[in-house]
Amino acid sequence: MEKLLNWVDARFPLTATWKAHLSEYYAPKNFNFWYYFGSLAILVLVIQIVTGIFLTMNYKPDASQAFASVEYIMRDVPYGWLIRYAHSTGASAFFIVVYLHMFRAMLYGSHRKPRELIWIFGVLIYLVLMAEAFMGYLLPWGQMSYWGAQVIVNLFAAVPFIGEDLSIWIRGDYVVSDATLNRFFAFHVIALPLVLLGLIAAHIVALHEVGSNNPDGVEIKKKKDEQGRPLDGIPFHPYYTVKDILGVVVFLIVFSAIVFFAPEMNGYFLEANNFIPADPLKTPEHIAPVWYFTPYYAILRAIPPMFGSQFPGVLAMGVAVLIFFLLPWLDRSPVKSIRYRGPYFKIALTLFVIAFIGLGWLGILPATELYTWIARVLTVVYFAFFLLMPWYTKHDAHKQEPERVTAK
Amino acid sequence: MSEMTVDSSKRRFLVAMSSTLGGVAAVGAALPFVFSMNPSARALAAGAPVEVDLSKIEPGMKVDVEWRGKPVWVVHRTPEMLELLGKHDDKLTDPNSDNTNQQPPYCKNPTRAIKPEYFIVVGICTHLGCSPTYRKEVGPADLGADWPGGWFCPCHGSRFDMAARVFKGSPAPTNLVVPPHKYLSESKVLIGEDQGASA
Repeated sequence: MEKLLNWVDARFPLTATWKAHLSEYYAPKNFNFWYYFGSLAILVLVIQIVTGIFLTMNYKPDASQAFASVEYIMRDVPYGWLIRYAHSTGASAFFIVVYLHMFRAMLYGSHRKPRELIWIFGVLIYLVLMAEAFMGYLLPWGQMSYWGAQVIVNLFAAVPFIGEDLSIWIRGDYVVSDATLNRFFAFHVIALPLVLLGLIAAHIVALHEVGSNNPDGVEIKKKKDEQGRPLDGIPFHPYYTVKDILGVVVFLIVFSAIVFFAPEMNGYFLEANNFIPADPLKTPEHIAPVWYFTPYYAILRAIPPMFGSQFPGVLAMGVAVLIFFLLPWLDRSPVKSIRYRGPYFKIALTLFVIAFIGLGWLGILPATELYTWIARVLTVVYFAFFLLMPWYTKHDAHKQEPERVTAK
Repeated sequence: MSEMTVDSSKRRFLVAMSSTLGGVAAVGAALPFVFSMNPSARALAAGAPVEVDLSKIEPGMKVDVEWRGKPVWVVHRTPEMLELLGKHDDKLTDPNSDNTNQQPPYCKNPTRAIKPEYFIVVGICTHLGCSPTYRKEVGPADLGADWPGGWFCPCHGSRFDMAARVFKGSPAPTNLVVPPHKYLSESKVLIGEDQGASA
């Protein structure tokens, strides 16, 4: 065995890679609950890839057969229902895990110098994930698939001058049709997953280059022992692999409970209208995107049309997503972690969470006059969190960071 | 033998030139892929004009036909409907159809039609592409007593009158689109081809 390992190591850096990324990758010893969601995101990715491959074996990317082929998977393919429900639940699980993972970064300043590139790769992953989820949702070719895609592709038509041609180019037809379904299938099953894997690799390589942040937001690499190991670091394997396995077990219990007992999640994970085949001549009574897009959808609806165009709303929606890229540079606080920040940031972050969840809730409901006004207020709060950040983080009070991480 | 020195400016020039040409070639190679995503010949052919027989539409009724995969509504408007049209111009965003993109020039008139009683319009909301619901009844409970009949978009609440002109305060920025169409005879209309264009 030893000889075999030596033979491989002389030709491929197996032991060196294992050491660099697992057994001798030193992570801060004070990780808490919030540090489960990165590894859980990888788990969900694996679930999506495996279930996705098996769905592809029976799915037909053809407007006249797609809906029936999904029902065929659900009823006639052995365990097809399980694979399909795992995939549809996995989509929502992916966003839950990613939103919590992003919130962790905002709590402890994990996007701050020197981890800006990790954050940028992360936001790119989030963007690709949104495209992946959107295109995947068209594939069952139900009413909500069809009209959801119609609405989102029409967002591009609002772009001045080139919009109309751009939306025809995206659809490959004058309306969402078989051509659109086919190309979304190609993007969903191969193009975007490849991009996603590349970005995740870059995200992890960048993370392992600078090392993980921690709930205290202090750099463990500043204090090292004689061998150059951080005093407050512990090897990722076995310490955090074991910790993450506990997280995986708890996650899989919840995940299985949803897959087996509430795969539609009362219309939030799979919408009722999507059990009706797509009908290009009849719009459902109420169109709402799946829950993970609703905060942005509420922002889109909150902005009234201006100059005979609804482009401002589309622009606001786009900026609401892209503004995350700027976060590392908007934050001017001398400390990273919320533990040592003053009241301004704590209040701002609380308001942001309220705005994000509130917009998400409003995005599910039909637009009434009252709800539109609430959405407008929350949209202002959402953007104020980012745009005023340089000011309130600079003037905020802060406590002295400790020299080394604290263990509670 | 002369001294072997590296001419670094020549080297930079060659690297810059070959990188630029390589970049141009890469863009050129990408173009066929980009163009392949445009509508195919089959999709273009499916956008051919559609013929509709108006004599089969009862007064007040609406018929949906498909043109370029979009729903097109053909409505036989009653005299009462036409009479109500002129009474709410102040509540409309574009009462005189001044936005020339939304109808062919021969339909820029108060009823937005060639023949006032037959109204032809693309049934796709100019907001985000939903298909509004036909609500011809006057003053129903859910739309308010001053509702003159028209279309209501269930997605985001846009309201249109019986000439598909948008009411102020709707998310939709413009009136619905009247497609090019022409009369082949008294009761036959061809949707998708302009009046006066060669048949």
